[in-house]
Amino acid sequence: MSELTEIRWHGRGGQGAKTAALLLADVAFNIGKHVQGFPEYGPERMGAPITAYDRISDKPIRVHSNIYEPDFVVVVDETLLHAVNVTAGLKKEGAILINTSATKEELIPLLNGYEGKVFTIDARKVCMETLGKYFPNTPMLAAIVKVSGVMDTEVFLQQMEESLKHKFAKKPEVLDGNMKALKLALEEVK
Amino acid sequence: MAIKERMSGNEAVAYAMKQINPDVMPAFPITPSTELPQFVANYIANGEMDTEFIPVESEHSSMSAAIGAEAAGARTMTATSSCGLALMWEVLYVAASNRLPIAMAVVNRALSGPININAEHSDSMGARDSGWLQIYAENNQEAYDNFLQAYRIAEHKNVKLPIMICQDGFITSHAVENIELIEDELVKPFVGEYNPEHYLLNPEEKMSVGPYAVSNYCMEAKKAQAVAMENAKEVILDVAKEFEQISGRKYGFFEEYRLDDADYAIVAIGSACGTIKDAVDELREQGMKVGLLKVRVFRPFPGEEMAEALRHVKSIAIMDRCEGYNANGGPLGAELTAALYRAKCNAEVINLVYGLSGRDLRVQDAKAIYEDLADIAANGLKDSHYRYIGLRE
Repeated sequence: MSELTEIRWHGRGGQGAKTAALLLADVAFNIGKHVQGFPEYGPERMGAPITAYDRISDKPIRVHSNIYEPDFVVVVDETLLHAVNVTAGLKKEGAILINTSATKEELIPLLNGYEGKVFTIDARKVCMETLGKYFPNTPMLAAIVKVSGVMDTEVFLQQMEESLKHKFAKKPEVLDGNMKALKLALEEVK
Repeated sequence: MAIKERMSGNEAVAYAMKQINPDVMPAFPITPSTELPQFVANYIANGEMDTEFIPVESEHSSMSAAIGAEAAGARTMTATSSCGLALMWEVLYVAASNRLPIAMAVVNRALSGPININAEHSDSMGARDSGWLQIYAENNQEAYDNFLQAYRIAEHKNVKLPIMICQDGFITSHAVENIELIEDELVKPFVGEYNPEHYLLNPEEKMSVGPYAVSNYCMEAKKAQAVAMENAKEVILDVAKEFEQISGRKYGFFEEYRLDDADYAIVAIGSACGTIKDAVDELREQGMKVGLLKVRVFRPFPGEEMAEALRHVKSIAIMDRCEGYNANGGPLGAELTAALYRAKCNAEVINLVYGLSGRDLRVQDAKAIYEDLADIAANGLKDSHYRYIGLRE
């Protein structure tokens, strides 16, 4: 990976895009990276479009502005493709990752002529098969780790297992479901 | 060995609060500082702190309760933002004039209106003449480090003034970044115990706090308070030196970034300084001699020292994340321009208002300011000395 990777998350309030961005910063920190994970706050309400950002670097990060030319964009809610210009500034050497059950061919007309790579994952399907509930941020996190290559996916899974073990010490069943969701997401992203 | 962690600016300051474990914290929640009393309440509930937490019904009450607690002899802290700070207005002056070294974490946010929750310095800048010390931070690390130094400065016998430890709302308060924490074994002896010289709960010394003073004596009290603010300068530097011994991190009134041979300088406060540093490095690579003066201590105002550090530059942009509504510029612009005049500096000076209500400042914006400064140095000031950056047209 290059020295600095910049990722922009688009989601709707309540879907956990901010949490996913902070989790990605967490796991990147755990493997020795310099990180920055932050939300951009507008009118905060359930369902409103929200943006969150990650910077992951081998060097200390000083810049404190939002990310305008991301290497990667993650779209947690595909209805945003009609509402927000999600590919704005997205580098064509990078990629966009969309949570959808649609095919890439169906989505490309909605991407404002974006020339880079397009990845999709059906996070709802992954969630229902592994967690029984729809928490899209877990599969999206795994998928963007794979798409961006910010870290080795095996290392990522180990890191996630450790932090989830700690977080859900009293609920081992939650740990299993989440680990399954992460692993399945790594396979399902295409 | 420092503890390598990653946390948000709010989490970092809350961690400093836990390590210091003051006696009392009255607080009322307001975005974006709400997390501070939240974290502290959690630490108390988990038995990691034994601070007496007082939930109050407004910020006027939180500051009033802080004044009562501090006057009684308890080490006291609170936290607020924006209109919360504005609601404390009346009592901020009571805290300062009664010489009560309360520490307050201010998470800077715009004042209304329009109602907005994002970063701006208008809240604490409005309180700049209330008699409180004010220290600002570029990132989570500095917010943490500044809070650890707060009581050492505020409680010093030559100072005895309350202190605001400020950071930018959301930009640093809610951004998770790398940080180095200092072990409790080093923090606790550095901060020390609070042993007030005079306090209400001392049965050996009966006293009253905050009585009426007639004109015969009132002015002397105010002069003594002004002297305390002057005394704070030496104390801030001494405390910073001691802090360097436990942290390895150097602090002063301000940071000079590639300034010593610079022709063009930006002066700014807070999180934007990190962004400006990236612009400085990019322009330096192209051979342009640019530098930054990042203001850390705003109260007391180190005007003479800043003017000295800027004496050699050809043009200066003073950046205010705050509108002065005086048809003349922002607060940093006004005070630093006056200091430069007194120091007989010849640089051209412009005052730029930026970042209001969370408007982003980008690396390219900072680069454009330096280009502008080069043009002003070469061709003189053609446009107004007081303008906006990043405004929609």
